[in-house]
Amino acid sequence: MRYGMAIDTLKCVGCGDCVVACQTENNVPFGYCRDWITETIDGTYPKVELEFRSERCNHCENSPCVRCCPTGASHIVEGGIVVVTADKCIGCSACIESCPYDARYTHPLGHVDKCTFCHHVRDYKQTTACSAVCPTSCIYFGDLDNPKSEVSMVLKNRKFKDLAPEAGTKPQIFYLI
Amino acid sequence: MKEVLFASGRNIPNVDPQLHAWHWPIPVYLFLGGLAAGLLFFASYYTIMGKEKEMPAATKWAPFFVPITLVVGLGALFYDLTNKLFFWRLYTTIRIESPMSWGAWALMIITPLSFLWIASYLKEIFPNWSWKYDFLEKIMDWVTKNRKVMAWILLPMSIILGIYTGILLSAFNARPLWNNSILGPLFLVSGLSTAAALIVWLSKDAHEKHLFTKIDLVLIATELFILTHMFMGFQAGTSVQQEAAFLLNGGEFTVVFWVFVVILGLVFPAILEISELIGYKVPVAVPAMLVIIGGLVFRFVMVEAGQITRYLY
Repeated sequence: MRYGMAIDTLKCVGCGDCVVACQTENNVPFGYCRDWITETIDGTYPKVELEFRSERCNHCENSPCVRCCPTGASHIVEGGIVVVTADKCIGCSACIESCPYDARYTHPLGHVDKCTFCHHVRDYKQTTACSAVCPTSCIYFGDLDNPKSEVSMVLKNRKFKDLAPEAGTKPQIFYLI
Repeated sequence: MKEVLFASGRNIPNVDPQLHAWHWPIPVYLFLGGLAAGLLFFASYYTIMGKEKEMPAATKWAPFFVPITLVVGLGALFYDLTNKLFFWRLYTTIRIESPMSWGAWALMIITPLSFLWIASYLKEIFPNWSWKYDFLEKIMDWVTKNRKVMAWILLPMSIILGIYTGILLSAFNARPLWNNSILGPLFLVSGLSTAAALIVWLSKDAHEKHLFTKIDLVLIATELFILTHMFMGFQAGTSVQQEAAFLLNGGEFTVVFWVFVVILGLVFPAILEISELIGYKVPVAVPAMLVIIGGLVFRFVMVEAGQITRYLY
């Protein structure tokens, strides 16, 4: 089992619904976020390309944050999801420094916080808050190891890229292009 | 033209718009840790060689700085933690892959030993002091007798501590400026060099002063050599690494790096030390102080500049 996401940059309109849904579902403190929208404008008029991406923790297979955590607070649970145990975290910020995606932040309570792929609902829901609310249904979440899952199917049929592959972290979020 | 902007959601203090999760305590600690590692290395090395009498500053006086630097450094580290009350979690696990875990355990061994090292000299320094309690007297005698054993433990531990201050940074593959394998040796050499400079400053013995001036010169030369190698590696590296090197060679840290670290912290003190060895009269505090300040500035530059370098955005 290997959870991952495919996000369709051709369908995403950058509305930010995923951001608000995540903040609501996960009680993210005001002014912080676990996911965000990046808008990339490439080229000069009249040849301009616009791309919206909903970004979050990439739940890397070779996760530098887990490697450098001195207490084991950052760890990988079933399905390859990287999570942080708040009462094991000492707040040294090593994982924040080690993340090429800057996906982590220090929670006002002191520990480090990040996307969990909505791990807390996994027992009864095979979805995440961001993918459930997306009005254009551009976020596909599921098991990458299962060839019949929606995310595997869409990755089989479409071109995709991942972010900063040169950092060597093997991200598990793919952007359909 | 390529423009990247956050359309929604990103407003994370200390991460946006520029990552700045590590503040002044980290470079201060890296400097003090490196200095302590260097002082302990020389103290234990010359104790193992049986040269305590010839090297009084290195084996007896300079180690008095070690507990102070370690306590101040660890205090700075503790201050930088955001979840302070959980610091003890460091000692509930050993994580081989995490340099910070290595460092925490190394300090757990080194800090008490550095206090015992001082205790082993107290009887020699204050022979007439009455220790009042019998058990204190016994402890003093015991540590004095076992100083060589402590030296054998401290010699490898001090090298681990010195290297770890660099590896701590180089383990982060997200920050191209830090992510090079030579940073560990570079920080070790820099720490040893600041320690040698402090010993030269403290020493009253002409022979010892002479020897440590020579040691410091070799270390400064090694450091310049490693720095050159680091930049060669960056120039031959990927575009993000070239950008990282540009921060120090033309970017915003150029002046502070080349003036305070390379010229005033390495080259100029080296010239002063050479002229001292030739026979000119040079106030010994000047090159020593320059090397020490250069070491501190070097840590600040590396920590601050490293946090700007990144792969995305």
